[in-house]
Amino acid sequence: MHISSVLEDGNYVIAVDGDVDASSSIRLDEAIAQAIQEGQQHILIDCENLNYISSAGLGVFMSYIEELKTKNIRMVLFGLSERVANVFKVLGLDQLLNIKETKDQAKQRAHEQ
Amino acid sequence: MNNRLKIPCQKEKLRDVRSFVENFLRQHGISEIEAGEMVLAVDEVCANLMIHSHQCNPKKHIGVQINITKADEVQFEISDYGVGFNFCRYKEPSLEDIIKEKKKGGVGLILVRRIMDTMEFIRKANRNVYRMAKKVEIS
Repeated sequence: MHISSVLEDGNYVIAVDGDVDASSSIRLDEAIAQAIQEGQQHILIDCENLNYISSAGLGVFMSYIEELKTKNIRMVLFGLSERVANVFKVLGLDQLLNIKETKDQAKQRAHEQ
Repeated sequence: MNNRLKIPCQKEKLRDVRSFVENFLRQHGISEIEAGEMVLAVDEVCANLMIHSHQCNPKKHIGVQINITKADEVQFEISDYGVGFNFCRYKEPSLEDIIKEKKKGGVGLILVRRIMDTMEFIRKANRNVYRMAKKVEIS
């Protein structure tokens, strides 16, 4: 798995490439923690090249839901393949996280009041 | 086609488990979405055993076996030696509690239960078998 973070039009974009499983989820965790620590308010998770996610990765997203709410940070995921999106759906996380199809929609959602 | 895999308890080997299950299911004509769900369920059980039963000790091993038992059912048997864990009796935490407590784990077996139709824990002597099955459409 490879992760890259870049600041783009006022959004902090974390691109996740490859498989997020029990062996690699820690790096996704670190990337989100870093964004929050920097005081970023609009975090986009680019999942266009996310090939696979297991509960370890889902757990990372879930563990930040409360903190994001408290700190008024908006995190939006986008570009999930049908297969990856299905995993979020099986758990019902599609209802608890912001998930959009495209980057433009995600940017818009990240800045909505 | 080979339906058995033996792997050491290293999280880095989960990738091998996934490609083994994926290849088997896809070659048996199972759809991508259904195969994806079953790959996930097997990954979750193996990750649990590696981490909680074997503390990621590479000298310990886990076996994975796949069988098409009836015309429309795929059965997985994941096995190991040592202290077993009855994964059928696992009490499911609520998502709300996990979120409130900011836990990073705990949803793996929820996924397994939602994906699979049946789960069975069998312990014979020192050997544990985690059996699970799902009905599928085989094209």
